[in-house]
Amino acid sequence: MSTSTVDVNPHDHGGHGDHPSDPHFQHHFTTLEQQFDTTKIGMWIFLATEVLLFGGLFVGFGMMQARYPEMFKEAHEHLQRPLGALNTVVLLFSSWTMVMGVLSARTNQKKKTVVFLIVTILCACIFLGVKYFEYSHKFEEGLLPGHYYHHIGDRIPVVNGANGYATFFSFYFMMTGLHGIHILVGIGLLAWIAFRANKGEFNSDYYTPVDLVGLYWHLVDLIWIYLFPLYYLIS
Amino acid sequence: MSEHQTNPKAESALYLRTLLSLLVLTGVTVGASYIHFGSSAANVVVALTIATIKATLVALFFMHLLHDKPVNGLIAASGFLFLGLFLMFTLIDFDSRDGLQPTNLKPLMTAPAPGTAPAPGAAPAAKKE
Repeated sequence: MSTSTVDVNPHDHGGHGDHPSDPHFQHHFTTLEQQFDTTKIGMWIFLATEVLLFGGLFVGFGMMQARYPEMFKEAHEHLQRPLGALNTVVLLFSSWTMVMGVLSARTNQKKKTVVFLIVTILCACIFLGVKYFEYSHKFEEGLLPGHYYHHIGDRIPVVNGANGYATFFSFYFMMTGLHGIHILVGIGLLAWIAFRANKGEFNSDYYTPVDLVGLYWHLVDLIWIYLFPLYYLIS
Repeated sequence: MSEHQTNPKAESALYLRTLLSLLVLTGVTVGASYIHFGSSAANVVVALTIATIKATLVALFFMHLLHDKPVNGLIAASGFLFLGLFLMFTLIDFDSRDGLQPTNLKPLMTAPAPGTAPAPGAAPAAKKE
């Protein structure tokens, strides 16, 4: 607050009871800055639970890979590395447009904020488009989770129902699917933020929603940073 | 707000450098997957190390943790700390078994039966003597 370059609020630097006229200011906070810091802590606690949500799946994946190393290696050959790499680049780029959107909102550049947010949404759509292409390819080949797995031509015979191939694709669809749901939620959040930004609701004094959606989006990117090498680059 | 005010131009240059570093590291991790580092476990360690460097860049610069209030970084770190504990104990458990097949557990559970009496019954017998 005290560091903002453009003062849209005449009550800035007022001490206790700051910003009584700001429409976003909620009365149970002392200052708008305290309100911002509080919501941000809440967001980080949520992100920590997200790390643990995906963490459980990562640990399970690691254990199953240790149990079926050969089958996992063969199963991963059905994933197309160029598509995984493309999606990685798309998501990293979208993280950059997101952080530029937050910067634009903080520096009162309404048009740039909206443009950066829309580019972020487009990147998310490209990501899901590639994922759709990958998923439908796997459906056709019978590379499905659990007992739906019916791919023909696997090199290692399955003994006593210990099917590492089906296990691999169970984890693949569960983890990339959960990640994909996060992308879908992210698209909804980004559209909402872009709509509000277009109405001119954000400025250097109040851009909390842009900042928090940004944090969420970066976490989704961060999870993919781990998913990509673990699934596509087994060697 | 809580972030210290810097020159927006310097800030966007920093973000661009971060993006380029992330893209370069993506290339490195793809390249590393074609090199054999001795064992498949070593390759996983290399891939995870590069991924962690990338994740750190995202957290420090894109998620502003470097200049943010320390409490946010503490919360983020605690999430990963507990994930690490979870992973560590699971791996210890996994390494101390021959496998996860339930059939491997059966000999262990039935082993004391043919020989001596089970442990709970043995303790009172020793007392009497």
